[in-house]
Amino acid sequence: MYKIIKAEELSAGVQSFIVEAPLVARKCQAGQFIILRIDEAGERIPLTIADYDREKGTIQLIFQEVGDTTKQMGKLKTGDYLLDVAGPLGKATEVENFGTVVCIGGGIGVAPVYPIARAYKNAGNRVISIIGARNADLLIMEKEMRSVSDELFITTDDGSAGHKGLVVDPLKDMIAAGEKIARVMAIGPMVMMRGVAEVTRPHGIHTLVSLNPIMVDGTGMCGGCRCSVGGETKFACVDGPEFDGHQVDFNGLMSRARMYHTQERQCKGDGSCHK
Amino acid sequence: MQGGRIMSQVKHKMPEQDAQVRRHNFNEVALGYDAETAKAEAARCLQCKHAPCRKGCPVEIDIPAFIQQVKDGDFVAANSIIRDYNNLPAVCGRVCPQEDQCEKLCIRGIKGEPVGIGRLERFVADFSLGGTCPLPPPPPEVKIGKVAVIGGGPASLTVAGDLARMGYQITLFEALHTAGGVLMYGIPEFRLPKDIVKCEIETLKYLGVEVVVNAVIGKTFTVDELMQEEGYDAVFIGTGAGLPHFMKMPGENLNGVYSANEFLTRVNLMKAYKFPETATPVQIGRNVAVVGGGNVAMDSARTALRLGAENVYIVYRRSRDEMPARAEEVEHAHEEGVIFQLLTNPVQVVGDENGWVKGLECVQMELGEPDASGRRRPMEKPDSNFVLDVETVVIAIGQGPNPLIQDTTPGMDTNKHGNIVADDDGKTTKEGVFAGGDIVTGAATVILAMGAGKKAAASIHAYVQHKKQG
Ligand SMILES: Cc1cc2nc3c(=O)[nH]c(=O)nc-3n(C[C@H](O)[C@H](O)[C@H](O)COP(=O)(O)OP(=O)(O)OC[C@H]3O[C@@H](n4cnc5c(N)ncnc54)[C@H](O)[C@@H]3O)c2cc1C
Ligand SMILES: Cc1cc2nc3c(=O)[nH]c(=O)nc-3n(C[C@H](O)[C@H](O)[C@H](O)COP(=O)(O)OP(=O)(O)OC[C@H]3O[C@@H](n4cnc5c(N)ncnc54)[C@H](O)[C@@H]3O)c2cc1C
Ligand code: SF4
Ligand code: SF4
Ligand code: FES
Repeated sequence: MYKIIKAEELSAGVQSFIVEAPLVARKCQAGQFIILRIDEAGERIPLTIADYDREKGTIQLIFQEVGDTTKQMGKLKTGDYLLDVAGPLGKATEVENFGTVVCIGGGIGVAPVYPIARAYKNAGNRVISIIGARNADLLIMEKEMRSVSDELFITTDDGSAGHKGLVVDPLKDMIAAGEKIARVMAIGPMVMMRGVAEVTRPHGIHTLVSLNPIMVDGTGMCGGCRCSVGGETKFACVDGPEFDGHQVDFNGLMSRARMYHTQERQCKGDGSCHK
Repeated sequence: MQGGRIMSQVKHKMPEQDAQVRRHNFNEVALGYDAETAKAEAARCLQCKHAPCRKGCPVEIDIPAFIQQVKDGDFVAANSIIRDYNNLPAVCGRVCPQEDQCEKLCIRGIKGEPVGIGRLERFVADFSLGGTCPLPPPPPEVKIGKVAVIGGGPASLTVAGDLARMGYQITLFEALHTAGGVLMYGIPEFRLPKDIVKCEIETLKYLGVEVVVNAVIGKTFTVDELMQEEGYDAVFIGTGAGLPHFMKMPGENLNGVYSANEFLTRVNLMKAYKFPETATPVQIGRNVAVVGGGNVAMDSARTALRLGAENVYIVYRRSRDEMPARAEEVEHAHEEGVIFQLLTNPVQVVGDENGWVKGLECVQMELGEPDASGRRRPMEKPDSNFVLDVETVVIAIGQGPNPLIQDTTPGMDTNKHGNIVADDDGKTTKEGVFAGGDIVTGAATVILAMGAGKKAAASIHAYVQHKKQG
């Protein structure tokens, strides 16, 4: 059992949990994730480790209530427990002093990009961050992102905060202005990551994306998380989750993400999918 | 030999659920002997002096001795004889390929059918469990060493149990949320009820074994960290053959294509057959093709039937004689209505415009000259391609070793397939590190994994005691 030390709503439908998971906190690094189960009848779902405290033995999870498991999690409170937390899983982000790196987070993707931006910053990079959301209310972790970035751009679809438009807009401007970018890290909805990859491709800017296919075990045992990268089948849970955005077959991934849409509609997050 | 002539030439039948009923439920197929039938079957044993049957058993159970006790009606004594050799008799009695092991060498098999050794073993084990989970005597209090056991399959369960009884402090690390390995996530409930496996794990806990689930070694801890920082005297690796192979054919990433591992894990471990009572879904079409001819393929096909598929095909490139699955499992699948598309090889998965499977294109095969393994090599018949209309494809062509531990353990050799190199006693090339089961041999059997575990436990004991004295 893994105790929720602190549960907090960051914005409408976006929650933050600080969870006691000493074995994970001990070793986890930016870019890694965990797999959890809320109870005996529960599904195994992956969530990125948004932050950690090695001394207290805690990790932070930030999640959006999108379906059955995440909605049920949204009802849990400080002091409640998660049944299983396994990890840290996946490869850690490669962190060196590359020069100037651009970190892009869209929607809930800001949560996983934050520890990576911080790690880049600590390694001596100049970190330019772009975070975006549909509107100002859905924007998360602005303060945290600002604290680890040399420059921060904000975009919203409706212009209620920052620039009205998409996260790729400031990136295009930067490239047009001749900014020398060593690499781009983009995490968010699949369409956003694909959009970023298309912007950087003609300029040959190394672009990493973090994939979130449906997973079961997270250890390379089931192959459910497979994706096509550069024409080769990779298992996102062990070979990734980060891959070269220019090589990823996003269409295949988007199709696989719809595999259980019919079943997901049966589960409303109200316990209808639990005994 | 007296009475040999009047004795039945065939094994006593074990009652089974009717094929048409069981193809719709997940309850156990085979129902086991009652005491009278067990005694009568035991009476078929000739109590051979040289007991050839024993040589066929990888852990050399004293088969005639336990069968004699069954014949005499002393099932408790029979159980204790079996338990001296085999920690998981209720499991092995059900899933051992007896026809290739103990029963293959049984004298009675020369003329007629061999003694039903597996069925008797199952009977004795079930009798001793009595539908409950009896606790073992407590282990020694003074601990003589500290050993980490990685993985929770039969190899590791055996090492943990044996060493705990000798007085070791044992921690078992399992990556999933429950120990048991393939016994929990792979072999379906209708062949091996999960309560039996859970009982074995409870027994270990009672023996003082600390079972740490959700611990992925290579990630949560490395092997070096366990020995250098966490103070374990030795480490046993029993991580199995968990990496699914795909065919590398076009269309394999379409929606509706599963590895057998994923398909079976969703259904067995995550209980997707109870969805939406449980939260994990599984997608099953009306028509399902399972590619492969082993136990894993049979289990997948029979699972697909039970999930409600109407037509389930086994697509296998050789003929029935070459199928590696147990004869009994093939027979069961056949009775339940699985359709065998033999001498057939898939070439691509055909998808619809939305990325879903709508067919499996196959080519017919014919058998040519025997290859190095002695099996006749299948060759494609030209222009024989056809499409099987299916909405779900399960790939069950085998599993390899998961590289997580090997990649993070310097100084431990692997072979060209990525399996850990270990000698007969389970010693790897790295001091203090032992390994056994499918991670060493490649995908094999439960009893071979347990046999490897037994040898490794003995050799770990010798190693640790030598180190402590030295
Ligand atoms: C490596 C990785 C890291 C992730 N990190 C985060 C994070 O930090 N914060 C966050 O909010 N989300 C994250 N996700 C996505 C998160 O796992 C899904 O939102 C969650 O599983 C949805 O489950 P549900 O039952 O609430 O919704 P459902 O209704 O079951 O599903 C909604 C959608 O989520 C996806 N999904 C469903 N089941 C799974 C599963 N078992 N594994 C992965 N995706 C699934 C599907 O595309 C589905 O259409 C991550 C995913 C991956 C693979
Ligand atoms: C569907 C199916 C049907 C089968 N049917 C039969 C049968 O009828 N008869 C028979 O004799 N055999 C059968 N087998 C084969 C048999 O199950 C295996 O040979 C046996 O389970 C191998 O045991 P093991 O202990 O080596 O590994 P496994 O049972 O594979 O267990 C390995 C365990 O290690 C865990 N693990 C892996 N990596 C890590 C890590 N890095 N850290 C921590 N834990 C880890 C895994 O999660 C797993 O629990 C079948 C196999 C399958 C898949
Ligand atoms: S353990 Fe398996 S091989 Fe050995 S006697 Fe029992 S059924 Fe036969
Ligand atoms: S070989 Fe057969 S008949 Fe002879 S002792 Fe073994 S089980 Fe009995
Ligand atoms: S989630 Fe099972 S292999 Fe990646």
